[in-house]
Amino acid sequence: MASITVKVQEERGHVIHAQSQLDAQETGEEDEVSVSQEEYERERHRGKRRSGDGERKKRRKRASRAGEREEESHARPERREKSRRRRRRARDDEGDGDGEGEADERNAKGKKKQGSAKKGEKEQDAEKLAVEEKPQELKKKKQKKKVVETSSEQETSEVEDNQKEDNDETEVRPESLSPEELETLEEAVDERKKLIQGLRGKPWTMKKKLLTLRESQEFVDKYEGALGKGKGRKLYAYKVMMGKKWMKFQRDFENFKTACIPWEMKIKEIESHFGSSVASYFIFLRWMYGINLILFSLTFGLVMVPEALMGRPYGSIPRKTVPRAEGSSAMDFAVLWDFGGYAQYSVLFYGYYNNQRAIGWLKFRLPLSYFLVGVGTVAYSYMVVIRTMARNANESGVGDDNSFNFSWKMFTSWDYLIGNPETADNKFASITTSFKEAILEEQESQKDDNIHLTRFLRVLANFLVLCCLAGSGYLIYFVVRRSQKFALDGLDTHSWWERNEVNMVMSLLGMFCPMLFDVISALENYHPRVALQWQLGRIFALFLGNLYTFIIALMDEINLKREEEQIIKFNITIWEAHFYNGTVSENSTAPPITIQPADVPRGPCWETMVGQEFVRLIISDTMTTYITLLIGDFLRAVLVRFLNYCWCWDLEAGFPSYSEFDVSGNVLGLIFNQGMIWMGAFYAPCLPALNVLRLHVSMYLQCWAVMCCNVPQERVFKASGSNNFYMAMLLVILFLSTLPAIYTIVTIPPSFDCGPFSGKNRMFDVIQETLESDFPAWIGKVFSYASNPGLVLPFILLMVLAIYYLQSTSKSYKEANVELKRKLQTQNEENKKKNKQAALKAQMDLEEARQAASHTAERQRNNNASVEDQEGWEEKQGSSHRLSHGRNGRNPHPPVRDQLPATSACLSRTHHHSKHGAPGYLPGLPRQSEPRMCRVPSLQRH
Amino acid sequence: MGTTASQLGKDVLSEYQELTFLTKQEILLAHKRFAELLTKDEKDLQYTRIPMDRILTLPELKSNPFRKRICHVFSTSIQKDGSLTFEDFLDLLSAFSDSATLEIKSHYAFRIFDFDDDGTLDGGDLESVVNCLTGDTDDTRLTTEEMRQLINNILEESDIDKDGTVNLSEFQHVISRSPDFVSSFKIVL
Repeated sequence: MASITVKVQEERGHVIHAQSQLDAQETGEEDEVSVSQEEYERERHRGKRRSGDGERKKRRKRASRAGEREEESHARPERREKSRRRRRRARDDEGDGDGEGEADERNAKGKKKQGSAKKGEKEQDAEKLAVEEKPQELKKKKQKKKVVETSSEQETSEVEDNQKEDNDETEVRPESLSPEELETLEEAVDERKKLIQGLRGKPWTMKKKLLTLRESQEFVDKYEGALGKGKGRKLYAYKVMMGKKWMKFQRDFENFKTACIPWEMKIKEIESHFGSSVASYFIFLRWMYGINLILFSLTFGLVMVPEALMGRPYGSIPRKTVPRAEGSSAMDFAVLWDFGGYAQYSVLFYGYYNNQRAIGWLKFRLPLSYFLVGVGTVAYSYMVVIRTMARNANESGVGDDNSFNFSWKMFTSWDYLIGNPETADNKFASITTSFKEAILEEQESQKDDNIHLTRFLRVLANFLVLCCLAGSGYLIYFVVRRSQKFALDGLDTHSWWERNEVNMVMSLLGMFCPMLFDVISALENYHPRVALQWQLGRIFALFLGNLYTFIIALMDEINLKREEEQIIKFNITIWEAHFYNGTVSENSTAPPITIQPADVPRGPCWETMVGQEFVRLIISDTMTTYITLLIGDFLRAVLVRFLNYCWCWDLEAGFPSYSEFDVSGNVLGLIFNQGMIWMGAFYAPCLPALNVLRLHVSMYLQCWAVMCCNVPQERVFKASGSNNFYMAMLLVILFLSTLPAIYTIVTIPPSFDCGPFSGKNRMFDVIQETLESDFPAWIGKVFSYASNPGLVLPFILLMVLAIYYLQSTSKSYKEANVELKRKLQTQNEENKKKNKQAALKAQMDLEEARQAASHTAERQRNNNASVEDQEGWEEKQGSSHRLSHGRNGRNPHPPVRDQLPATSACLSRTHHHSKHGAPGYLPGLPRQSEPRMCRVPSLQRH
Repeated sequence: MGTTASQLGKDVLSEYQELTFLTKQEILLAHKRFAELLTKDEKDLQYTRIPMDRILTLPELKSNPFRKRICHVFSTSIQKDGSLTFEDFLDLLSAFSDSATLEIKSHYAFRIFDFDDDGTLDGGDLESVVNCLTGDTDDTRLTTEEMRQLINNILEESDIDKDGTVNLSEFQHVISRSPDFVSSFKIVL
């Protein structure tokens, strides 16, 4: 066979009559091909297509060289791709056989890779080289020769050869093409390009894809040059080249971008150990880190650095100096740890900033920048969160309908990322339980043995939780009030605990209350998924309650400070008057006595106080998190691991065991932490920086802790379902945390002697000021008109109307969706009915035929026992088919016919699969019908 | 195509990038991992077939219940022994990569679940899938009664044309609605 192969190929290269020989050959070998292994069949499909291409090209060549030959009458020379395609279909039956022959050929080659075939090929190649005598191609060939090992390679070289020869010919006359030919050519080129682009989305093997790619690339390269004329041609070529370069650049850029994603390997490692849900926490963490990095660069670049570089230096004015009274202890670590002393009088806090309108040689408008950065932080956060939510919602699509409950459990429940045997075991167990639960639910949808008891327990549990919440709220309020008293007394007189009471209490509550909730929720006897939601809701409420109690207490404190400020302000005027009066009366000519800025009395500056509170809160929260991690996870793991050798029961499997990674709790912690950042960032520009630091450390610490001391969760939850849930929570928190911040900004006048807005009535007056002094008058006028209620109200009205409109359209879309679904169902029913009828009819026919056959058989061979036996066998065969294929098993032909419309209906329904869905299942159909086909003659035989 | 055993040629690399959903780094990583699986005497990386047993030692596949099916589906071997060449391996990673489309993922998922390679998921296939999913131990296995019920339910839901089997388009229809599929049908090296 090998020799035949070689011969055939040689002929393809040079001789024109290849076709006839192939045809002759194919008939001889078709039987062998139809030993229908799947491999063969695929090969055949491929071969068909390819040989079709080769054939076409050959024909063109032949035609142009010797167009007068009669044998080519059925294949007129045409260069247009379109007509070619049309003809390909027409010639398919002819090409079919050809393809099979070639497939055979290839198989033969595959089998005798190392054999004589290869040798022959090489010789042949060499021969071709001699014929063509092109230095470039020689180089290429040599390369190729090295790798000529598999059949596909040979095929490629062959195809390329064909194309190259084409090339020589077409390049001579691009000008001679008529415009419409050019147009069709362009279309063909575009089509090929599209093919190349869509190639990666095709479920083909790499060999096939490679081949198609090279072929199409060749084609595109060749004909692209021919497009366009004269000057336009050059431009076109340039454009094409730039397009290619651009593509390459994009791809490189994409590669670069993925290479820049931090912690990718770490997360993947965790993913493979714990499944996607734990990894989702770390992805969330990374996302959060990104956001904080941007917030940080905003505040750092536009507020902190300009003030530090261009603003007045430390010690130049009172607000930038540590007061004399605190000066002695300003550098103590305890004070700095509390963000007092030098830390308080630095760019880290609101109070340090000067109200000078423009600073430095850049004339940087610092107060304006401060205000805009504050607004921009919030606006950016909203934008990002909402955009992510929308994208998530898009991706998850219509996952809400419950119609494929079982199928989803079946087909999508395995997490392919799991690479750890332990996690895999847990996953097996959880899948089994979910199956069993689903079956039970299906069997008896509701089975309440003692509904009163459960109800009572649930009410009790909720009552207890409410008590917890109220208690924790009161505790925080109490502690904050107490701390105010301490603060009034002065910090030095109190112990460390009394100074840090608020933060510690909040952190401890946040740590222990969730555990309490966990215990309480055991009373309720909910389904675990529902229980998780309740748990999350409760923790959310707890955190929120704590945060808001804290804020309310802080508001009280602000009010106190403001009263204090009034008194101090009054005192200062007296003090100043007294001071200056004294100096003036003494000596009017002497230079005014300079007062040390540290000695100037000053107000309490509530903004800095708020900022400090938040910073302390964040610090203590971070500390608690880390310490819990170290004690709760690491120490526990160490103890369990090493005490297990000398303990009376198995610690690893028994009570303490290793801890699980609590995804939801950690996510909630992260979200609340972020909420505090949003709340406090306006008064303490250093907060985003702190948070970046914290998240960075968290990432490494938690990655390490998870990998070294946690075990995979018993219940492996899915990540995707909860993603948007977390995002929604984040949005709520964002809203709730910006609310108090904005309230304070808008309603409370800023302190008179600290911060960038000092001396103004309200903080947002800085906008007004800028408009008046830095912009031409008309802009201010426009602005004042625009902010006129007469314009704002209609605008708001318009927005409301737009929202209403969009909502109603979305509702109508939803309705249309439901309608379509119903239509689909009815169509299914119809199809089913049709199928049934066809099946019934076929069955009747079959029955008749069988009866007739048995009659004739009976008549022919009187009382032959062997006939009976065969009948019985047939029956059995039939019934087994019935079992496996439903009622279609009985009728050989109709199901095939009926299935086609049904499946094509499915295809058109699932719109995005319709293009490529066909090749996957089509091979299934003929095979499905095969056994039944065989049965027909066997029935008629007797 | 200057492919040597130690590294991939530049043009081959760019072709692979064009044809798969993988980035350059991922292809190189795959190449490295694949080269590690080779024994000493197998120098030529591109055309060597690595037998299934050795492929399955990869930790990414080791605990996957469908590992054998995955190898069989992506193998282009004529003997159907599930052995993979480097290109097959890339195909595998591409289908399981982050950026692969739902369409290609569902296509391959279907073929993985189609245990008898007949182009449809019938009762036997579904049973095999369930058995894979519930693991090997006896306490996690479903009873025959449960199995029957489960398979009936699944066919009830997803067998739209009611021929007793789930075909590719029905399968894709079901899968495309699922919120979890794309995120969980992933294997990364």
